[in-house]
Amino acid sequence: MTVQLAGSLLARRLEDVVPGAVVEAEAGWVVVAAEKLLEACRSLWGDEDLDLKYLVGVTAVDRLDHFEVVYHLQSLRHNHMVVVKTRALDHEAPEVPSVVPVWLGALLQEREVYDLMGIRFSGHPDLRRVFLWEGFPGYPLRKDFLWMPGGVSSGLPKFSGE
Amino acid sequence: MAYPSEPLVINVGPQHPSTHGVFRLRLTLDGERVIDAEMIMGYLHRSMEKLAEGRTYTQNIPFTDRSDYLSAMNSNLAYCLTVERLAGIEPPLRAQYLRVIFSELQRIASHCMAVGTYINDCGAWQTPLMYMFREREKILDLFEMTCGARLTLNYMRIGGVSFDVPPEFVPNLRKLLTELPDRIAEYEELLVENEILIARSVGVGVLPTDLAIASSVSGPMLRGSGVAWDIRKADPYAAYDAMDFEIPVGRNGDCWDRFLVRLEEMKQSVRLVEQALEALPGGAVNLPIPLAFRPPVGEAYARVESPRGELGFYLVSDGSPHPHRFHIRAPSFINLTPLPQMLKGLTIPDVIVTLGSVDIVMGEVDR
Repeated sequence: MTVQLAGSLLARRLEDVVPGAVVEAEAGWVVVAAEKLLEACRSLWGDEDLDLKYLVGVTAVDRLDHFEVVYHLQSLRHNHMVVVKTRALDHEAPEVPSVVPVWLGALLQEREVYDLMGIRFSGHPDLRRVFLWEGFPGYPLRKDFLWMPGGVSSGLPKFSGE
Repeated sequence: MAYPSEPLVINVGPQHPSTHGVFRLRLTLDGERVIDAEMIMGYLHRSMEKLAEGRTYTQNIPFTDRSDYLSAMNSNLAYCLTVERLAGIEPPLRAQYLRVIFSELQRIASHCMAVGTYINDCGAWQTPLMYMFREREKILDLFEMTCGARLTLNYMRIGGVSFDVPPEFVPNLRKLLTELPDRIAEYEELLVENEILIARSVGVGVLPTDLAIASSVSGPMLRGSGVAWDIRKADPYAAYDAMDFEIPVGRNGDCWDRFLVRLEEMKQSVRLVEQALEALPGGAVNLPIPLAFRPPVGEAYARVESPRGELGFYLVSDGSPHPHRFHIRAPSFINLTPLPQMLKGLTIPDVIVTLGSVDIVMGEVDR
């Protein structure tokens, strides 16, 4: 059974190597400051006890006032999993560093997040839209994208019909 | 003496029989060799993740059928497991065993398709595919008698499965289980010693182990490259922790190894279905879940081993009947990450074989 490591444990390890990286540690995840993300990811990758060599997935969540980028990491050797998050606080022009230098597996997934959520990944070698065409107006997965159901506009706190 | 030639750009797809859907490869060639490959996708993008955010948790189950339409059972299951983890629901034991039976039958059907079309890409014209469709057809008949559908099944439910199996299901499945090992032996006889197939696949499209891990590939691609990693063993779900099966692993990471891994997985799936059928307990198959189901505020990630790899769902709930975020960790899409590196230096016929061995389903790549 894959063990999900507690955020506090991860936070302690990270604080030793990259001081000031941890913003918040919850039971299920740890939030890392965006400017220290790459450094923190490198240390997670290189740590022999953690052995987080496999990036399961990258995705992002629109938290209405900011964006959250979520990384699911896995150790194939020790069979444990951790969740690392970072925040892009500028909702108008969100930007976080790319983790492609650490895990190549983020290459297509960060392009997907950029395409659909509009978060720029600085340092990504080939940041272009992957599903939609260049020039598509807006980013569909944002909550203020109201062409389709699933969005939330100002003045309408929940979905219509609820 | 070698003369440099002007680079030539060739588009493979979007409408090409070897791309298994609408996928486009933009190859730059130097003579016959590929020097650069660019993947262009999105022709089948339906914005599934956004649509799902406007629908209730139960209404989203049919969407998952349409993402990986060759293994709808596994997609259904991955989504239902995630909602169950989010809300802390434990389905009845009979449902857990039925989930194993149907996931494994679906895996056999999906690998029949994967292997069959791969052999087509290698140059066999439809004959092996038709052999495999014979068995796939019988599996789809079993699905049809259980849930009424053959492709987009919508069978799994949050808290169980939609229907119990009908009385004629078990005798039919037993009959199929006695046939399947002979059929798979027949495929092996037909294919594994086939000289043309060996010449086309051995040493072609090599994915080294370190690149496989670094680029997050999963499923038969990761195992073909020599990593014994299977979610059914590593992070068991449904009733897999009570099952006995092996993880086939390749050695060289070439197309041949991925093909052999898939063939071997079909045999292991037969074993799994047999065990689950023997141990199938009685009782209810689902729990009553309200239509406007509201999981508590929170987030969850759960995954299954789909025929193509690690299929996971990441859901964020804000306490309303609609998910706040619905993300699919699609193995077909992520398995394409190392493809340009794998294609470099190959000739065009080998490109087709390599793409076939990745086994992508465009419904899942583009979502």
